[in-house]
Amino acid sequence: MVATAAGAPIAIREVSHGYGDLRVLDDVTLDVAPGGRLAVVGPSGCGKSTLLHLVAGLELPRAGSIDVDGSDDAAGRLAGCALMPQSDLLLPWRTALDNAALPLINAGVGRREARETAAPLFRRFGLAGFEQEPPGRLSGGMRQRVAFLRTLLAGKPVLLLDEPFAALDALTREELGGWLLDALDQEPRTVVLVTHDVDEALRTCDRIAVLSARPGRVLLTAATDGLSRDDVLEVLRG
Amino acid sequence: MRRYAWIVVLVALIAAWQAWVDLRSVPDYLLPSPGEIAHSLWNNRTTLAHETGVTLREMLFGFAMAVAFGLGAAIVLTRVGWLRNAVYPLLVASQSVPIIALAPLLLYYIGFGLAPIVVMVALICFFPITASALDGFDRAPADLVRTMRTLNASPRAIFWRVQLPWAAPRVFTGARIAASYAAVAAIFSEFAGSSSGLGDSMRDQLNTPLVGAAVVLLAALALGLFGLVTLLERWLVPWSHEG
Repeated sequence: MVATAAGAPIAIREVSHGYGDLRVLDDVTLDVAPGGRLAVVGPSGCGKSTLLHLVAGLELPRAGSIDVDGSDDAAGRLAGCALMPQSDLLLPWRTALDNAALPLINAGVGRREARETAAPLFRRFGLAGFEQEPPGRLSGGMRQRVAFLRTLLAGKPVLLLDEPFAALDALTREELGGWLLDALDQEPRTVVLVTHDVDEALRTCDRIAVLSARPGRVLLTAATDGLSRDDVLEVLRG
Repeated sequence: MRRYAWIVVLVALIAAWQAWVDLRSVPDYLLPSPGEIAHSLWNNRTTLAHETGVTLREMLFGFAMAVAFGLGAAIVLTRVGWLRNAVYPLLVASQSVPIIALAPLLLYYIGFGLAPIVVMVALICFFPITASALDGFDRAPADLVRTMRTLNASPRAIFWRVQLPWAAPRVFTGARIAASYAAVAAIFSEFAGSSSGLGDSMRDQLNTPLVGAAVVLLAALALGLFGLVTLLERWLVPWSHEG
């Protein structure tokens, strides 16, 4: 479907960042293998979202370097990453299908071809029949699915998911977590998932990084295999 | 029913006005009664219909020009950052210039007839549109703009596909304000340099029933333009009324 590499490596080296006097990230070093899925957990305000913006090349770190798929400049990183924000931020004046197809249209693909590329994904990922609905008529869970497909259709090797399900109720979050796993198995990418939900982190990703309270430092990086929720919470509590 | 409460209020006001004039025997050069105004409307219907057409044309052309110029200016000022810093403060300051004072100059440069009136209406009306559009463009959420940058969108694509539609409801708010100026702007401009239009019917200040009749027609024009803009908004920006 969407022509892209199945993932690209990310290397974050000794990155520190802040705004004015506020130090947000402190000496963060992290690696993600091509096609790997890294969960980043930590207390609110520890710089998790900022880390994603830095990886995507939307902001430049004060110190350290970030390399995505061999590019260490902001433009190169931007070319390799697609961001999915916490609130779906779908455009209310476009149908669900046209929202998902927008990254293709942005890339210069014709409207019709973009729709034809996006439509099969709607059928495969439980959105059949909702193509022509405006986002306002979809449930919160449906909107997040559309937002995820939009991120996928950007055709980037790296997906940066910023608390994608945080705004949803617990039941929907649970359901969408399973859906996301399934979608990523079918459409493998390198993923960085920021979340404050430890269970979601352990379920979705193969590695986890635990950040401290601001300024965020890496307290732990580990494979999620065999790691329990309590292990993570213990590190978080310090 | 509550929607139509204004009709009750209007009828009550007209009735009270008529009663006041009748009971106190107010002479019509001080205050014409609604009945006299209605009479004057009917007696002068041919002239008034013609003058209404003239004023309507000035309002529509002037308003259309204000939208085109107001929105165009906002787009250019948003897309060209340094120009905004250089020009916008001057544009704000220019709003303290009473356009009517410029009327003789406009007449000198453009000549008599429809054109100078239309230009004056446009000059009076464009600013609310520019200001609200600029504000609307700025208010596209930073999160959304950031996300769009990672979804292959160039700054140009972000403007046309995100900022402009995002600003549309605000642009229409500005356009409604401008629409409500247009009627009075047209009358002022007619006073300054025209011998036709409803403004001309208001010139004979002693013929108060005729002045009243012209005011009624002008109010109808103002309401009509306002309503037209509101309808256009519902048609073009349906998402601002959903959810």
